[in-house]
Amino acid sequence: MSTATGGTEVGVRELSYAEAIREALRQAMHADERVILLGEDIGVYGGAFGVTDGLLEEFGPERVRDTPISEAAITGCAIGAAVTGLRPVVEIQFMDFITLAMEQLVLQAAKMRYMFGGTVTVPMVLRTPAGAGTGAAAQHSGSLEAWFAHVPGLKVVAPATPADAKALLLAAIADPNPVIVVEHKLLYRTRGPVPEAPAPAPLGVAAVRREGRDVTVVATSVMVPRALTAAERLAAEGVDVEVVDLRTLRPLDAETPAASARKTGRVVVVYEAVKTLGIGAEVAARLVEGETFYHLKAPVVRLGGAECPIPYNRTLERAAVPQEEDIVAAVRQVLAEG
Amino acid sequence: MSAGGLPPDRLVALLRTMLLIRAFEELADELFAQGRVHGTMHLSVGQEAVAAGVCAALQPGDYILSTHRGHGHCLAKGADVRRMMAEFLGKATGYCRGRGGSMHIADVAGGNLGANGIVAGGLPIATGVGLSIRLRRSGQVCVAFFGDGAANEGAFHEALNLASIWELPVLFVCENNQYAMSMPVGRAMRVARVSDRAAAYGMPGVTADGMDVVAVYTVATELVARARQGGGPALLECVTYRYRGHSKSDRQRYRAREEVEAWRARDPIDRLRARLLAAGVLSAAAANQLAAEARAAVAAALAFAEASPEPDPATLLEGVYA
Ligand SMILES: Cc1ncc(C[n+]2csc(CCOP(=O)(O)OP(=O)(O)O)c2C)c(N)n1
Repeated sequence: MSTATGGTEVGVRELSYAEAIREALRQAMHADERVILLGEDIGVYGGAFGVTDGLLEEFGPERVRDTPISEAAITGCAIGAAVTGLRPVVEIQFMDFITLAMEQLVLQAAKMRYMFGGTVTVPMVLRTPAGAGTGAAAQHSGSLEAWFAHVPGLKVVAPATPADAKALLLAAIADPNPVIVVEHKLLYRTRGPVPEAPAPAPLGVAAVRREGRDVTVVATSVMVPRALTAAERLAAEGVDVEVVDLRTLRPLDAETPAASARKTGRVVVVYEAVKTLGIGAEVAARLVEGETFYHLKAPVVRLGGAECPIPYNRTLERAAVPQEEDIVAAVRQVLAEG
Repeated sequence: MSAGGLPPDRLVALLRTMLLIRAFEELADELFAQGRVHGTMHLSVGQEAVAAGVCAALQPGDYILSTHRGHGHCLAKGADVRRMMAEFLGKATGYCRGRGGSMHIADVAGGNLGANGIVAGGLPIATGVGLSIRLRRSGQVCVAFFGDGAANEGAFHEALNLASIWELPVLFVCENNQYAMSMPVGRAMRVARVSDRAAAYGMPGVTADGMDVVAVYTVATELVARARQGGGPALLECVTYRYRGHSKSDRQRYRAREEVEAWRARDPIDRLRARLLAAGVLSAAAANQLAAEARAAVAAALAFAEASPEPDPATLLEGVYA
């Protein structure tokens, strides 16, 4: 299992994003008996997207707890458990349903440490699938991460690769703060190399996924692989695109995008959530607030989701979120502007 | 023959409604298997008596709010099966112009204020509809359908309490089909019946055999009349079963095949059909004819939907604001 083959690092295998998350949960549960899982249908059903498949058999119903449909209770329960010594990992079946847990997350989990003068920690994790592309329509396709990134006291991560899904989840579990892990439904089946060893990635550090000289594309979640394929297409036309994966939305790594922007002089920010008041606005603002501004050859282009709920019809749904061709067009736009 | 005070033609109408619901969902299932449906869907096969029985107790001007498993409620409330099928396939001629799909079909003109993708999401809204009915003195009634799983959401408790203190004309109808996805009802609550919870909100709670359309119709009629006369809300639990998986990705590891078979033996359509045959209200040929008509109606609906245009992407932003 952990022998090197054909240039692969020792202990690195191909796993799907879903399998990588499951491996992180398993390893964290083996390493620390305080780690418990809470959520709807995470037991015998294996989770709505199969992520927790087999964990009930392995760890038993004490630690893999199927709950009634009660998002507020599940989340509040995790807070209570976390402040008294456990390390709960909650699954909210679709990110949209996080609205039912909003009070517990935003008014309780996020503020508790601060309000109590730093005398408690709330080491809980909330995992949840986001995003469009499955025909699930307006109440099951949301990308609401910006809401939470706006709240001091919460951390938000959005892994784009299987390796990051594992490493960032492990970091989230180890973190003493409430962390929301935004998983994208379309990524669950994507595969990639994942180190077997349980190595958390630091929260708040972006990654350069592809080096390039002409334009920087800053992307999150499913937009990272989309930006990478767009970059390949553009490479064929002689445009050299650098792709930065934000990985964590809060704490936000402003320096990695800035360093890239100073190199290329042109930036496109792409994210699936509705464009207005989204993560792109924050990234763009950080670039123009400081010294990086003087290195820009063109205005920053934000490419976000359409200003509407996600429609059901396949064609409309596709039109509502940035696609590969939209990223290509945005890169051409930023090139045309300077 | 009359059952539950119903004349033969009303009984035949109940059978017709249940057959239409089943035909719609069986065709929907087929379309899904053929890869012709984008997204997921939740079938109510086995639960037809609840939708048919409750909606038959309503006037055309009354309201319903439905759930993610809402095809039956929608049809029983009198939706045009062609526009439903068009919505199911995401076409521009669908009830929601292709924006909603299976989980969000609404026929507002027909009194159906929408299916809902959020478990228990419709219950507080139903309370508001009840308030509006009271303030407008319109004499209508509102039914909120929901599942056993929904009864564990805070929204259920909050909605029932508010409807009760304000004595609103709302009938809360729980389709207790034994499972919330994989969670058996007995593991999700410590009271024997969902209807036991009504006591906590000071309203009547009744449990009916949800596999018997006449039984459902009979209690629903009583509780609807009570609400219409100003008697306030009630909680009606209909004990039923879904034969199919929760949605299309369900491996059904949480229940035994024998259990499904045992419930199928109590099928609400077979049961009413047998009753009508025994009473001589219908001949076997006439009953088969009704089933054939239902299948023909959904086949025609499919033809309509297939001939309908896709929504124009240029209209993507229409309807976000008025
Ligand atoms: C607030 C919320 N949480 C979770 C879900 C996911 N979900 C959809 S249906 C369902 C089970 C619902 O069970 P029940 O209310 O008994 O209705 P049934 O499906 O049995 O008709 C779940 C968990 C959801 N749609 N909304």
